[in-house]
Amino acid sequence: MVVHKLTRMLSKLGAGCINKVWRLGAGGRLFWLTLISSGESFRRFRLTIREVYFTGVLSLIIILVSAFFVGMVLALQGYQTLQKYGSSEAIGVLVALALVRELGPVVTALLFAGRAGTAITAEIGLMKATEQLSAMEMMAVSPIARVIAPRFWAGVIAMPILATLFSMVGILGGYLVAVPLIGVDAGAFWSQMQANVDWQYDILNGALKSVVFGVACTMIALFEGYDAPPTAEGVSRATTRTVVTSSLAVLGLDFILTSFMLAV
Amino acid sequence: MERTTIDLWVGIFVALGFAALLGLAMKVGNLTTSNISQTYLVTANFENIGGLKPRAPVKSAGVVVGRVNDIVFDPKTYEAVVSLNIDTRYNFPKDTFANIYTAGLLGEQYVGLEAGGDETSLKDGDKITQTQDAVVLEKLISQFLYSKATESDDKPTKSTTASTESATDALDASPLDKIGK
Repeated sequence: MVVHKLTRMLSKLGAGCINKVWRLGAGGRLFWLTLISSGESFRRFRLTIREVYFTGVLSLIIILVSAFFVGMVLALQGYQTLQKYGSSEAIGVLVALALVRELGPVVTALLFAGRAGTAITAEIGLMKATEQLSAMEMMAVSPIARVIAPRFWAGVIAMPILATLFSMVGILGGYLVAVPLIGVDAGAFWSQMQANVDWQYDILNGALKSVVFGVACTMIALFEGYDAPPTAEGVSRATTRTVVTSSLAVLGLDFILTSFMLAV
Repeated sequence: MERTTIDLWVGIFVALGFAALLGLAMKVGNLTTSNISQTYLVTANFENIGGLKPRAPVKSAGVVVGRVNDIVFDPKTYEAVVSLNIDTRYNFPKDTFANIYTAGLLGEQYVGLEAGGDETSLKDGDKITQTQDAVVLEKLISQFLYSKATESDDKPTKSTTASTESATDALDASPLDKIGK
Protein backbone atom coordinates (compact mmCIF):
# COMPACT_ATOMS: atom_id res chain seq x y z
CA MET A 1 0.00 0.00 0.00
CA VAL A 2 2.75 2.41 1.07
CA VAL A 3 4.76 1.57 -2.05
CA HIS A 4 1.68 2.15 -4.17
CA LYS A 5 1.10 5.55 -2.57
CA LEU A 6 4.75 6.47 -3.02
CA THR A 7 4.76 5.59 -6.72
CA ARG A 8 1.61 7.58 -7.23
CA MET A 9 3.16 10.60 -5.53
CA LEU A 10 6.33 10.28 -7.58
CA SER A 11 4.44 9.96 -10.83
CA LYS A 12 2.35 13.00 -9.93
CA LEU A 13 5.53 14.99 -9.25
CA GLY A 14 7.04 13.84 -12.53
CA ALA A 15 3.88 14.68 -14.46
CA GLY A 16 3.88 18.13 -12.89
CA CYS A 17 7.48 18.72 -13.90
CA ILE A 18 6.93 17.46 -17.43
CA ASN A 19 3.86 19.66 -17.69
CA LYS A 20 5.88 22.71 -16.63
CA VAL A 21 8.59 21.97 -19.17
CA TRP A 22 5.97 21.43 -21.86
CA ARG A 23 4.36 24.76 -21.06
CA LEU A 24 7.74 26.50 -21.12
CA GLY A 25 8.39 25.07 -24.57
CA ALA A 26 4.94 26.04 -25.83
CA GLY A 27 5.44 29.54 -24.42
CA GLY A 28 8.78 29.81 -26.18
CA ARG A 29 7.18 28.69 -29.44
CA LEU A 30 4.42 31.27 -29.07
CA PHE A 31 7.07 33.94 -28.37
CA TRP A 32 8.91 32.99 -31.56
CA LEU A 33 5.68 32.95 -33.61
CA THR A 34 4.78 36.37 -32.20
CA LEU A 35 8.17 37.77 -33.16
CA ILE A 36 8.08 36.50 -36.74
CA SER A 37 4.47 37.55 -37.34
CA SER A 38 4.81 40.96 -35.70
CA GLY A 39 5.35 42.65 -39.08
CA GLU A 40 1.56 42.82 -39.33
CA SER A 41 1.28 44.72 -36.05
CA PHE A 42 3.65 47.38 -37.35
CA ARG A 43 2.04 47.65 -40.77
CA ARG A 44 -1.35 48.13 -39.18
CA PHE A 45 -0.03 50.19 -36.33
CA ARG A 46 -3.52 51.32 -35.25
CA LEU A 47 -4.08 47.90 -33.71
CA THR A 48 -1.01 48.37 -31.53
CA ILE A 49 -1.95 51.96 -30.63
CA ARG A 50 -5.35 50.77 -29.49
CA GLU A 51 -3.69 48.22 -27.20
CA VAL A 52 -1.21 50.80 -25.88
CA TYR A 53 -4.27 52.79 -24.85
CA PHE A 54 -5.79 49.88 -22.97
CA THR A 55 -2.64 48.56 -21.31
CA GLY A 56 -0.67 51.80 -20.91
CA VAL A 57 -2.87 54.87 -20.72
CA LEU A 58 -5.54 53.25 -18.59
CA SER A 59 -2.87 51.95 -16.17
CA LEU A 60 -1.57 55.47 -15.60
CA ILE A 61 -3.77 56.25 -12.60
CA ILE A 62 -2.81 53.23 -10.51
CA ILE A 63 0.88 53.56 -11.48
CA LEU A 64 1.14 57.27 -10.72
CA VAL A 65 -0.79 57.19 -7.46
CA SER A 66 1.19 54.24 -6.11
CA ALA A 67 4.43 55.87 -7.28
CA PHE A 68 3.58 58.99 -5.34
CA PHE A 69 2.96 57.07 -2.15
CA VAL A 70 6.01 54.83 -2.59
CA GLY A 71 8.20 57.93 -2.98
CA MET A 72 6.72 59.59 0.09
CA VAL A 73 7.15 56.47 2.24
CA LEU A 74 10.74 56.04 1.03
CA ALA A 75 11.57 59.59 2.06
CA LEU A 76 9.96 59.18 5.48
CA GLN A 77 11.60 55.83 6.21
CA GLY A 78 14.97 56.83 4.80
CA TYR A 79 15.04 60.01 6.84
CA GLN A 80 14.60 58.08 10.09
CA THR A 81 17.81 56.15 9.50
CA LEU A 82 19.90 58.77 7.72
CA GLN A 83 19.21 61.29 10.45
CA LYS A 84 21.03 59.03 12.94
CA TYR A 85 24.22 59.42 10.91
CA GLY A 86 23.73 63.13 10.44
CA SER A 87 23.40 62.86 6.69
CA SER A 88 19.75 63.62 6.11
CA GLU A 89 20.70 65.50 2.90
CA ALA A 90 21.46 62.12 1.32
CA ILE A 91 17.73 61.41 1.35
CA GLY A 92 17.50 62.59 -2.27
CA VAL A 93 20.12 60.06 -3.37
CA LEU A 94 18.38 57.28 -1.46
CA VAL A 95 14.96 58.00 -2.93
CA ALA A 96 16.26 58.49 -6.47
CA LEU A 97 18.51 55.45 -6.57
CA ALA A 98 15.94 53.15 -4.98
CA LEU A 99 13.28 54.27 -7.44
CA VAL A 100 15.33 54.44 -10.62
CA ARG A 101 17.26 51.22 -10.09
CA GLU A 102 14.77 48.92 -8.42
CA LEU A 103 11.35 50.05 -7.31
CA GLY A 104 10.42 51.86 -10.52
CA PRO A 105 10.80 48.89 -12.85
CA VAL A 106 9.81 46.18 -10.35
CA VAL A 107 6.72 47.73 -8.76
CA THR A 108 5.52 48.93 -12.15
CA ALA A 109 5.87 45.42 -13.54
CA LEU A 110 3.99 43.92 -10.56
CA LEU A 111 1.17 46.45 -10.91
CA PHE A 112 1.16 46.00 -14.67
CA ALA A 113 0.79 42.23 -14.25
CA GLY A 114 -2.17 42.80 -11.97
CA ARG A 115 -3.83 45.57 -13.94
CA ALA A 116 -3.08 44.83 -17.61
CA GLY A 117 -1.77 41.26 -17.63
CA THR A 118 -4.96 39.82 -16.15
CA ALA A 119 -7.07 41.78 -18.64
CA ILE A 120 -5.04 40.40 -21.55
CA THR A 121 -5.33 36.81 -20.27
CA ALA A 122 -9.06 37.07 -19.63
CA GLU A 123 -9.71 38.69 -23.01
CA ILE A 124 -7.75 36.14 -25.03
CA GLY A 125 -9.02 33.24 -22.94
CA LEU A 126 -12.59 34.34 -23.58
CA MET A 127 -11.87 34.88 -27.28
CA LYS A 128 -10.68 31.30 -27.38
CA ALA A 129 -13.65 30.03 -25.34
CA THR A 130 -16.11 31.72 -27.68
CA GLU A 131 -14.15 30.38 -30.66
CA GLN A 132 -13.32 33.79 -32.06
CA LEU A 133 -9.72 32.69 -32.58
CA SER A 134 -10.84 29.60 -34.55
CA ALA A 135 -13.16 31.80 -36.60
CA MET A 136 -10.21 34.03 -37.51
CA GLU A 137 -8.23 31.01 -38.60
CA MET A 138 -11.17 29.87 -40.74
CA MET A 139 -11.08 33.27 -42.45
CA ALA A 140 -7.33 32.80 -43.09
CA VAL A 141 -6.52 35.57 -40.60
CA SER A 142 -3.69 34.57 -38.33
CA PRO A 143 -4.84 35.17 -34.73
CA ILE A 144 -1.22 35.48 -33.67
CA ALA A 145 -0.58 38.35 -36.08
CA ARG A 146 -3.98 39.97 -35.53
CA VAL A 147 -4.52 39.48 -31.77
CA ILE A 148 -1.34 38.39 -30.02
CA ALA A 149 1.39 40.48 -31.67
CA PRO A 150 -0.25 43.93 -31.24
CA ARG A 151 -0.83 43.23 -27.54
CA PHE A 152 2.73 42.03 -27.14
CA TRP A 153 4.26 45.14 -28.68
CA ALA A 154 1.85 47.38 -26.80
CA GLY A 155 3.06 45.88 -23.50
CA VAL A 156 6.71 46.22 -24.53
CA ILE A 157 6.14 49.88 -25.45
CA ALA A 158 4.01 50.76 -22.44
CA MET A 159 6.15 49.21 -19.68
CA PRO A 160 9.29 51.41 -19.94
CA ILE A 161 7.13 54.54 -20.25
CA LEU A 162 5.15 53.58 -17.16
CA ALA A 163 8.32 52.71 -15.22
CA THR A 164 9.96 56.03 -16.11
CA LEU A 165 6.85 57.92 -15.05
CA PHE A 166 6.79 55.87 -11.83
CA SER A 167 10.36 56.90 -10.99
CA MET A 168 9.71 60.54 -11.80
CA VAL A 169 6.51 60.80 -9.80
CA GLY A 170 8.05 58.82 -6.94
CA ILE A 171 10.95 61.27 -6.75
CA LEU A 172 8.45 64.13 -6.73
CA GLY A 173 6.62 62.45 -3.83
CA GLY A 174 9.92 61.98 -2.00
CA TYR A 175 10.76 65.63 -2.62
CA LEU A 176 7.41 66.76 -1.19
CA VAL A 177 7.99 64.82 2.02
CA ALA A 178 11.69 65.60 2.40
CA VAL A 179 11.76 69.30 1.60
CA PRO A 180 8.52 71.02 2.67
CA LEU A 181 7.47 68.51 5.33
CA ILE A 182 10.72 67.45 7.03
CA GLY A 183 12.74 70.51 6.10
CA VAL A 184 15.74 69.09 4.28
CA ASP A 185 17.52 71.73 2.23
CA ALA A 186 16.16 71.71 -1.34
CA GLY A 187 19.51 72.52 -2.94
CA ALA A 188 21.28 69.71 -1.11
CA PHE A 189 18.44 67.33 -1.99
CA TRP A 190 18.82 67.88 -5.74
CA SER A 191 22.57 68.40 -5.92
CA GLN A 192 23.40 65.23 -3.98
CA MET A 193 20.98 63.36 -6.20
CA GLN A 194 22.59 64.72 -9.35
CA ALA A 195 26.06 63.95 -8.09
CA ASN A 196 25.28 60.31 -7.32
CA VAL A 197 22.75 59.17 -9.92
CA ASP A 198 24.47 58.26 -13.15
CA TRP A 199 22.60 58.68 -16.42
CA GLN A 200 23.95 55.51 -17.97
CA TYR A 201 24.51 53.17 -15.04
CA ASP A 202 21.32 53.95 -13.18
CA ILE A 203 18.68 55.48 -15.43
CA LEU A 204 19.35 53.59 -18.67
CA ASN A 205 19.86 50.31 -16.82
CA GLY A 206 16.54 50.84 -15.04
CA ALA A 207 14.84 51.47 -18.38
CA LEU A 208 16.45 48.33 -19.81
CA LYS A 209 15.10 46.34 -16.88
CA SER A 210 11.59 47.61 -17.52
CA VAL A 211 11.81 46.61 -21.19
CA VAL A 212 12.75 43.06 -20.16
CA PHE A 213 9.92 43.02 -17.61
CA GLY A 214 7.55 44.27 -20.31
CA VAL A 215 8.46 41.37 -22.58
CA ALA A 216 8.16 38.85 -19.73
CA CYS A 217 4.87 40.12 -18.26
CA THR A 218 3.08 40.55 -21.58
CA MET A 219 4.30 37.24 -22.98
CA ILE A 220 3.22 35.35 -19.86
CA ALA A 221 -0.21 36.99 -19.95
CA LEU A 222 -0.62 36.23 -23.65
CA PHE A 223 0.51 32.64 -23.32
CA GLU A 224 -1.75 31.93 -20.33
CA GLY A 225 -4.70 33.33 -22.25
CA TYR A 226 -3.85 31.48 -25.45
CA ASP A 227 -3.29 28.24 -23.56
CA ALA A 228 -6.32 28.50 -21.25
CA PRO A 229 -8.89 25.67 -21.35
CA PRO A 230 -11.95 27.14 -23.12
CA THR A 231 -14.16 27.07 -20.02
CA ALA A 232 -15.11 29.64 -17.40
CA GLU A 233 -13.01 27.82 -14.81
CA GLY A 234 -10.10 27.49 -17.21
CA VAL A 235 -10.05 31.23 -17.92
CA SER A 236 -10.25 32.10 -14.23
CA ARG A 237 -7.37 29.74 -13.40
CA ALA A 238 -5.32 31.12 -16.28
CA THR A 239 -5.85 34.65 -14.95
CA THR A 240 -4.61 33.64 -11.51
CA ARG A 241 -1.61 31.88 -13.02
CA THR A 242 -0.75 35.04 -14.98
CA VAL A 243 -0.39 37.09 -11.82
CA VAL A 244 1.56 34.42 -9.95
CA THR A 245 3.91 33.56 -12.80
CA SER A 246 4.49 37.17 -13.86
CA SER A 247 5.30 38.28 -10.32
CA LEU A 248 7.75 35.43 -9.78
CA ALA A 249 9.30 35.97 -13.21
CA VAL A 250 9.74 39.70 -12.58
CA LEU A 251 11.40 39.17 -9.20
CA GLY A 252 13.63 36.38 -10.50
CA LEU A 253 14.62 38.31 -13.62
CA ASP A 254 15.29 41.36 -11.47
CA PHE A 255 17.90 39.46 -9.49
CA ILE A 256 19.58 38.15 -12.65
CA LEU A 257 19.56 41.55 -14.39
CA THR A 258 20.81 43.37 -11.30
CA SER A 259 23.69 40.94 -10.80
CA PHE A 260 24.69 41.45 -14.44
CA MET A 261 24.41 45.22 -14.25
CA LEU A 262 26.33 45.57 -11.01
CA ALA A 263 29.06 43.22 -12.21
CA VAL A 264 29.90 45.47 -15.16
CA MET B 1 -14.07 59.50 -33.80
CA GLU B 2 -13.32 56.89 -31.14
CA ARG B 3 -10.02 56.14 -32.71
CA THR B 4 -8.77 59.68 -32.88
CA THR B 5 -9.29 60.23 -29.17
CA ILE B 6 -7.40 57.01 -28.49
CA ASP B 7 -4.61 58.22 -30.73
CA LEU B 8 -4.53 61.49 -28.83
CA TRP B 9 -4.29 59.75 -25.46
CA VAL B 10 -1.58 57.39 -26.65
CA GLY B 11 0.31 60.36 -28.06
CA ILE B 12 0.08 62.14 -24.72
CA PHE B 13 1.16 58.96 -22.94
CA VAL B 14 4.28 58.50 -25.09
CA ALA B 15 5.13 62.21 -24.83
CA LEU B 16 4.81 61.99 -21.04
CA GLY B 17 7.15 59.02 -21.07
CA PHE B 18 9.80 60.90 -23.03
CA ALA B 19 9.35 63.96 -20.83
CA ALA B 20 9.85 61.83 -17.72
CA LEU B 21 12.99 60.25 -19.19
CA LEU B 22 14.32 63.69 -20.06
CA GLY B 23 13.40 64.94 -16.61
CA LEU B 24 15.20 62.03 -14.97
CA ALA B 25 18.26 62.59 -17.11
CA MET B 26 18.42 66.34 -16.54
CA LYS B 27 17.13 66.84 -13.04
CA VAL B 28 18.03 63.57 -11.33
CA GLY B 29 20.95 62.16 -13.28
CA ASN B 30 24.31 63.67 -14.03
CA LEU B 31 23.88 64.02 -17.78
CA THR B 32 24.22 67.78 -17.49
CA THR B 33 26.64 68.02 -14.59
CA SER B 34 29.28 65.53 -15.66
CA ASN B 35 29.28 66.54 -19.27
CA ILE B 36 33.02 66.46 -19.67
CA SER B 37 33.38 66.02 -23.38
CA GLN B 38 37.11 66.17 -23.98
CA THR B 39 39.55 64.80 -21.48
CA TYR B 40 43.17 63.84 -21.23
CA LEU B 41 44.44 60.87 -19.32
CA VAL B 42 47.09 60.99 -16.63
CA THR B 43 48.12 58.22 -14.24
CA ALA B 44 49.24 58.27 -10.64
CA ASN B 45 50.66 55.52 -8.45
CA PHE B 46 49.45 55.10 -4.91
CA GLU B 47 50.61 52.65 -2.26
CA ASN B 48 47.10 52.52 -0.84
CA ILE B 49 43.96 53.86 -2.44
CA GLY B 50 41.62 53.08 0.44
CA GLY B 51 38.08 52.92 -0.92
CA LEU B 52 38.60 54.86 -4.15
CA LYS B 53 36.40 53.62 -6.97
CA PRO B 54 36.25 54.20 -10.74
CA ARG B 55 34.11 57.23 -11.67
CA ALA B 56 34.98 58.95 -8.39
CA PRO B 57 35.47 62.69 -8.86
CA VAL B 58 38.84 64.37 -9.31
CA LYS B 59 38.77 67.74 -7.60
CA SER B 60 41.07 70.68 -7.47
CA ALA B 61 40.30 73.47 -5.00
CA GLY B 62 36.99 71.69 -4.46
CA VAL B 63 35.92 71.94 -8.10
CA VAL B 64 35.34 68.76 -10.07
CA VAL B 65 37.87 68.76 -12.90
CA GLY B 66 37.67 65.12 -13.94
CA ARG B 67 36.82 61.55 -13.02
CA VAL B 68 38.74 58.43 -12.07
CA ASN B 69 38.87 56.32 -15.21
CA ASP B 70 40.36 53.07 -14.06
CA ILE B 71 42.22 51.49 -11.16
CA VAL B 72 44.60 48.58 -11.70
CA PHE B 73 47.12 46.82 -9.51
CA ASP B 74 50.71 46.81 -10.70
CA PRO B 75 52.19 43.43 -9.74
CA LYS B 76 55.78 44.68 -10.19
CA THR B 77 55.75 47.63 -7.83
CA TYR B 78 52.81 46.37 -5.72
CA GLU B 79 51.14 49.73 -6.15
CA ALA B 80 47.75 50.83 -7.41
CA VAL B 81 47.85 52.62 -10.77
CA VAL B 82 44.98 55.09 -10.93
CA SER B 83 44.22 56.69 -14.30
CA LEU B 84 42.40 60.00 -14.24
CA ASN B 85 40.36 61.64 -16.97
CA ILE B 86 40.87 65.38 -16.65
CA ASP B 87 38.96 68.01 -18.59
CA THR B 88 41.07 69.57 -21.35
CA ARG B 89 39.96 73.02 -20.19
CA TYR B 90 42.17 72.65 -17.13
CA ASN B 91 45.94 72.42 -17.30
CA PHE B 92 48.00 71.33 -14.35
CA PRO B 93 51.77 71.72 -13.81
CA LYS B 94 53.99 68.66 -14.06
CA ASP B 95 54.73 68.64 -10.34
CA THR B 96 51.08 68.52 -9.33
CA PHE B 97 50.44 66.70 -6.07
CA ALA B 98 47.71 64.02 -6.03
CA ASN B 99 46.03 63.11 -2.73
CA ILE B 100 43.22 60.78 -1.87
CA TYR B 101 40.76 62.53 0.40
CA THR B 102 37.49 61.54 2.01
CA ALA B 103 34.43 63.73 1.70
CA GLY B 104 33.13 64.11 5.22
CA LEU B 105 33.75 61.57 7.95
CA LEU B 106 32.22 58.57 6.21
CA GLY B 107 31.75 59.98 2.71
CA GLU B 108 33.06 58.75 -0.61
CA GLN B 109 36.71 59.12 -1.51
CA TYR B 110 38.01 61.38 -4.22
CA VAL B 111 41.30 62.45 -5.75
CA GLY B 112 42.43 65.94 -4.89
CA LEU B 113 44.95 67.71 -7.09
CA GLU B 114 47.18 70.44 -5.73
CA ALA B 115 49.00 72.43 -8.40
CA GLY B 116 52.76 72.79 -8.12
CA GLY B 117 54.99 75.47 -9.55
CA ASP B 118 56.37 73.81 -12.69
CA GLU B 119 55.99 75.73 -15.94
CA THR B 120 55.42 72.71 -18.19
CA SER B 121 51.98 71.21 -17.80
CA LEU B 122 50.72 67.65 -17.74
CA LYS B 123 49.90 66.09 -21.10
CA ASP B 124 47.88 63.08 -22.14
CA GLY B 125 49.57 59.91 -20.88
CA ASP B 126 51.75 61.65 -18.30
CA LYS B 127 52.31 60.38 -14.80
CA ILE B 128 51.86 62.27 -11.58
CA THR B 129 54.86 61.37 -9.43
CA GLN B 130 53.99 63.04 -6.17
CA THR B 131 51.14 61.27 -4.46
CA GLN B 132 49.81 60.79 -0.99
CA ASP B 133 47.89 57.68 0.02
CA ALA B 134 44.43 57.45 1.41
CA VAL B 135 44.16 57.77 5.16
CA VAL B 136 43.32 54.40 6.65
CA LEU B 137 41.37 54.79 9.85
CA GLU B 138 42.99 51.80 11.59
CA LYS B 139 46.48 53.20 10.93
CA LEU B 140 45.42 56.56 12.24
CA ILE B 141 44.02 55.06 15.42
CA SER B 142 47.09 52.92 16.05
CA GLN B 143 49.34 55.95 15.52
CA PHE B 144 47.25 57.94 17.93
CA LEU B 145 47.33 55.20 20.55
CA TYR B 146 51.08 54.77 20.11
CA SER B 147 51.77 58.48 20.53
CA LYS B 148 49.50 58.60 23.56
CA ALA B 149 51.33 55.64 25.08
CA THR B 150 54.80 57.19 24.61
CA GLU B 151 53.57 60.56 25.81
CA SER B 152 52.18 59.12 29.04
CA ASP B 153 55.15 56.83 29.65
CA ASP B 154 56.52 58.46 32.82
CA LYS B 155 54.33 61.40 33.79
CA PRO B 156 51.20 59.60 34.94
CA THR B 157 53.15 56.95 36.89
CA LYS B 158 54.95 59.73 38.74
CA SER B 159 51.76 61.49 39.55
CA THR B 160 50.03 58.30 40.67
CA THR B 161 52.91 57.36 42.96
CA ALA B 162 52.90 60.88 44.25
CA SER B 163 49.22 60.77 44.93
CA THR B 164 49.42 57.42 46.69
CA GLU B 165 52.30 58.71 48.81
CA SER B 166 50.35 61.77 49.77
CA ALA B 167 47.36 59.60 50.56
CA THR B 168 49.39 57.35 52.86
CA ASP B 169 50.90 60.44 54.46
CA ALA B 170 47.45 61.76 55.10
CA LEU B 171 46.43 58.43 56.58
CA ASP B 172 49.47 58.42 58.83
CA ALA B 173 48.77 61.94 59.88
CA SER B 174 45.18 61.28 60.67
CA PRO B 175 44.57 60.32 64.28
CA LEU B 176 43.17 56.84 63.45
CA ASP B 177 43.99 55.42 66.82
CA LYS B 178 41.95 58.09 68.45
CA ILE B 179 38.77 57.08 66.65
CA GLY B 180 36.25 55.58 68.96
CA LYS B 181 37.99 56.81 72.06
